[in-house]
Amino acid sequence: MTQYLLSVYMTEADETMSEDEIQRIYQAVDDFNEKVKSAGAWVFAGGLEPIESATTVDGTKSEPIVTDGPFAESKEHLGGFWVIEAPDLDAALTWAKEGSAACAGQVEVRPFQPEPA
Amino acid sequence: MREVERVFREEYGRVVASLVRRFGDIDIAEEAAGEALLVALEKWPAEGTPPNPGAWLTTTAGNKAIDRLRREAKSHDKHRQAMDMYDDDEPPEPTGVVTDDRLRLIFTCCHPALAPEARVALTLRLLGGLTVGEIAEAFFVPETTMAQRITRAKKKIKVARIPYRVPAPADLTERLGGVLAVVYLIFNEGYLSTSGEAPIREELTGEAIRLGRVLRELLPEVPEVAGLLALMLLIEARRRSRVAAGELVPLHEQDRGGWDRDLIEEGHALVRECLEINRPGHYQLLAAINAVHTDAPTAADTDWGQVATLYTQLYAVSPTPVVALNRAVAVAELDGPEVALAEVDRLALTSYHAWHATRADLLRRLGRSAEARAAYDAAIAATANEAERAYLSRRRGTLAM
Repeated sequence: MTQYLLSVYMTEADETMSEDEIQRIYQAVDDFNEKVKSAGAWVFAGGLEPIESATTVDGTKSEPIVTDGPFAESKEHLGGFWVIEAPDLDAALTWAKEGSAACAGQVEVRPFQPEPA
Repeated sequence: MREVERVFREEYGRVVASLVRRFGDIDIAEEAAGEALLVALEKWPAEGTPPNPGAWLTTTAGNKAIDRLRREAKSHDKHRQAMDMYDDDEPPEPTGVVTDDRLRLIFTCCHPALAPEARVALTLRLLGGLTVGEIAEAFFVPETTMAQRITRAKKKIKVARIPYRVPAPADLTERLGGVLAVVYLIFNEGYLSTSGEAPIREELTGEAIRLGRVLRELLPEVPEVAGLLALMLLIEARRRSRVAAGELVPLHEQDRGGWDRDLIEEGHALVRECLEINRPGHYQLLAAINAVHTDAPTAADTDWGQVATLYTQLYAVSPTPVVALNRAVAVAELDGPEVALAEVDRLALTSYHAWHATRADLLRRLGRSAEARAAYDAAIAATANEAERAYLSRRRGTLAM
């Protein structure tokens, strides 16, 4: 089994959705989460607060620098993610397709590195 | 090419596919196959080619892989357990629709998670047995670029765990569509070379047909597979007549005596088989159109009504402007160039050389020479194929000033 990160990317347009639309998406995501859990593929998942809440920290220099805002200025940013467990990429992609439809956002699928033996 | 190398290329896909199944690793499979070739190059010329060279290569390569894993296991204890598994000569056959190793491997190579150019390169490398250098030459990219492309794709297969498996029946049609697209892309790259002329190009059409035959053998009940093979055979049959004195010869001017009758026969038989199954699809319809053309003893005998009907059916399956353009060519023969030109002008294909070339021909037939000349210029500017440029330049030259 491999763990995959399913990242959901949001665009600025997503922030202008109506309350009804948002409620519908919440419901669809809840249903999807239940399905992932009952299939035993669930590891962890979460939705993130808007990008305005981000703070970037650079601890690579002698003096750490704390800055308001995201790491990269971009029209798209991470809105949430799932960590799932799947036997192979085909299985992960099947979850990603369903997750993408549920949350109405594009999903990027990446495998985690294996745990060091 | 030496006999050993010819056999090696012929058997490469089978050998590598079987090793990938056994060892679950493409690099191990390729390296072992390469080592087996070295042994064959040493032994076969002296001792003669074994009766079943494919089985000999697979066994020899398998032993080489085991030897290598043993050597590595000595330094890494954790590999020992894995070794016990590899030592089992008959791993259980996974159940699936079809269990030929090459079929599994082609679905891995043509996986939608790989970039299209990587799918083509991997398929030619692993199933076709072409060297990285040959593939690079065929696609006019530096060998280092092609090597990187292939290495990156193999790495992705490994770390993202792209499975080595024939997809479940529910996904088979869609995924098979991707495989057929790769094979047809290889064929077209050899046939309608996007730039220049090189001998390796003929090898690409030959390789695509060989892959088409393998797929046909493995999936005999899928009509689109038969359709793609028929299509490639019927196009390949006309290859010798298609270029004369460095110039492209259009279908209606081709020397039909130069067409390969055996390939046409084989193609027609496959098209008849598809018609009986009666589940038309993209490649079957294209094959049927080519069957109509190759059925006509002279260009004047072409059943254009049939061609137009088939293009209408094709448009229903694949509603693309290119299909509409080809349909317009048949319409020109049935209803005249004016009706056809109206259809062509509606299509948003201004960067496609065939759109300009078709317009140029229709305008020429309508006596609109100045516009035809401009359209020929645009067509010449839009293609890098020398034979096609030569043809278009000559046609342009026949226009009254």
